[in-house]
Amino acid sequence: MISFTPTEEQQMLIDAVRRYSANEVRPVAHDSDENCGFPDKVIQTGWALGILPGNIPEALGGFGDAHSAVTGALAYEELAYGDLSLALHLMTPALVAVPLMLDGTPDQRAEFMDLFLDETPPPVTAALIEPRINFDPVRLQTTAAAENGHFRLNGRKVYVPLAEGAEWILIYAWNAGAERVDAFFVRGDAPGLAVGPRERLMGVRALPTYPVTLEDVRVEAAYRLGGEAGADFARLMAHSRVALAALAVGVMRGALDYAIDYAKQREQFGAPIATRQAIAFMLAECAIEVDAARLMAWEAAWKLDQGQDATRESALAKTYADQAAVMVADSAVQTLGGYGYMREYPVERWLRNARGFAAFDGLAMV
Amino acid sequence: MPISFEIPERIQQNLQMTEALATGIMRPEARALDENEHQRPETFVKMTWPVNREQQKRALDRLARGAAGEAPRREGPGIRMLDMIYTFEMLSWGDVGQMLCMPTALLAGAAIEAVGTPEQQERFLRRYAEGDAPVWGAMAMTEPGAGSDTSAIQTTAVLDEATNEWVLNGEKIFCTNGKLALDESNGLVVVWATVDRSAGRAGMKPFVVEAGTPGVTVEKVEIKHGIRASDTASIVFRDARIPYDNILGSPEVRQRDTTEGFKGAMATFDASRPLIAASAIGVGRAALEFVKEKLAAEGITIPYGAPVHALTAVQRDVLEMEAQLKAAWLLTLRAASLVDHGQTNNLEASMAKTKAGKVVTWVTQKAVEILGPLGYSREWLVEKWMRDAKINDIYEGTGQINTLIVARRILGYSGRELR
Repeated sequence: MISFTPTEEQQMLIDAVRRYSANEVRPVAHDSDENCGFPDKVIQTGWALGILPGNIPEALGGFGDAHSAVTGALAYEELAYGDLSLALHLMTPALVAVPLMLDGTPDQRAEFMDLFLDETPPPVTAALIEPRINFDPVRLQTTAAAENGHFRLNGRKVYVPLAEGAEWILIYAWNAGAERVDAFFVRGDAPGLAVGPRERLMGVRALPTYPVTLEDVRVEAAYRLGGEAGADFARLMAHSRVALAALAVGVMRGALDYAIDYAKQREQFGAPIATRQAIAFMLAECAIEVDAARLMAWEAAWKLDQGQDATRESALAKTYADQAAVMVADSAVQTLGGYGYMREYPVERWLRNARGFAAFDGLAMV
Repeated sequence: MPISFEIPERIQQNLQMTEALATGIMRPEARALDENEHQRPETFVKMTWPVNREQQKRALDRLARGAAGEAPRREGPGIRMLDMIYTFEMLSWGDVGQMLCMPTALLAGAAIEAVGTPEQQERFLRRYAEGDAPVWGAMAMTEPGAGSDTSAIQTTAVLDEATNEWVLNGEKIFCTNGKLALDESNGLVVVWATVDRSAGRAGMKPFVVEAGTPGVTVEKVEIKHGIRASDTASIVFRDARIPYDNILGSPEVRQRDTTEGFKGAMATFDASRPLIAASAIGVGRAALEFVKEKLAAEGITIPYGAPVHALTAVQRDVLEMEAQLKAAWLLTLRAASLVDHGQTNNLEASMAKTKAGKVVTWVTQKAVEILGPLGYSREWLVEKWMRDAKINDIYEGTGQINTLIVARRILGYSGRELR
């Protein structure tokens, strides 16, 4: 049966995250962007919402029935509505938790799963993106060479959130021997692994990200995600694309809501600018894109939850959301005119944030 | 119901039959019907009439049982909107021109079911539920001077109290299936006319005009850019007399500043817009699949999730076409689903219609472009699909009018506040 109504439990989660975004995140979002970080208290309050543990099945120690990408997507949209940097920061542990749930061996789960049930966010992260303009997640230049009972990792990663002080980093690398992408649990203090100085990005300035270099980093074979069998990398990418698409929907919905409110208040030529078709039509087109992007994210998420291949749906949803987010955020800036360009108003921040999605492969997991 | 995209089993089964019809009957005849405008799609009509007739019969029988107090009367259209959009999409994938010639009460039926009394439904719709000869229905709204501004209609209905008849005068244009309904079958047309021009929208009322009514003439059928198999008629009313009971809903112009009659007209669009959106997407899907098939024959496949650096311009175009079509389809699915759940869908219906009209216009134009000299040729259907697709950005409210509706809804403005 086709339906577009979240379950009661999902609706409660949506409401809770929406309240958190409105009351805790929005009031500090501007300053956090300027000061390059959210206050610890806001992160802590967000973690206490239990978004991640609530989406880990009881069988794995969590509080949920079954892991659900749909549920995750609903929560992520609300988080990003508050602020994208905050959403990415808060959900960084999911970059490890979700691959562990989907592909981890029993031993790996036994070792790591408890981390995500702590009262404070665990210091773990993941590294996928590499520093080149034609980055392709299936053609990684970071390599994992199999040697007797272990792997040797070499390469350079960027956009690794919260890498500074991370105890574990899940590192994606090209396993030439097996001709596939694999992921490895690597200690943050492993010899040969170096975390560089914090990156300076156009947007998501409140999210601390770092470059990570790997020089002959030795990883025991048991720490390859999924063990001998490895992980289903295509499926992991689908989960990531759904997460990013949902986050993009949150960003654009925030921008649209703000632009609508502004356009109804701002008077020029004796009437609110929203009463002019030039503005009203732009906002209407944005509203259509927000809903379309959300439905595409939901469909891909639903397919994942059904255990179906969502490669196509997730890729289309992600690309669509990338473009729509920029279009909507740009329209919001345009609606505010000169004010929209000023950092005093949030819409320019949302435009900077929105542009990031095209580069954010693997930066969120649902 | 949690969020789900599971297509119900009954729809999947129906779709198999619909696809067989689209592939076996509609596609083979599509070119000839396009080249010979105004020829009727006889095979398609013959195949679909019995199916539609049985559906109408079930709906009327259900209504009769309800009137006799045997079962609660089901509200709204007899067939679920979700089923209808899947059918419309698939038939339009076959050939939208033929699809539009489907023998059914269609928009007239929707209006009669929405506001007609049980007696009127029986009297007007029974003809769609019996007999071997197909019957069509039509809706006549547009006039030469009243396009998007439907409140400007000039056709009048004046009550002759001596005979207790309405007397209609005026001209209606762009009436889909008007000739089929009035000249080629024992059908009917729901005609929107004003009982009081000075009352504006409050004076607008729907009247049922049956085939054979003196003073009603189909003056011409249009020659069109696309959907050439579809019958688009101009109908003139010269002192056309119809029984008093042929008015749908109340004849009263209760208050001059209310717009009930107008709103009644607009409400039928909430149901028809998702259908048109679905039909549009069927045409778009036909073009997209054809392009992918031809590209595959040249060894060009479409990778999902590859970075832009790894894609050719054509691959990027095709991915964009596919994403845009999916976006339009999901908006349509939502708009239809809301109807079945008894919820208002005015905003969502206009969103779907706007998006679908725009997307398929672009997708089909792109398809002709990508296929180069062969795409432009009338040997293939893709150039026809481009011509067919464009109507979807125009009828049942242009893209602009539907955008205006979306804008009013999201801004919380009335028609007066946002013109």
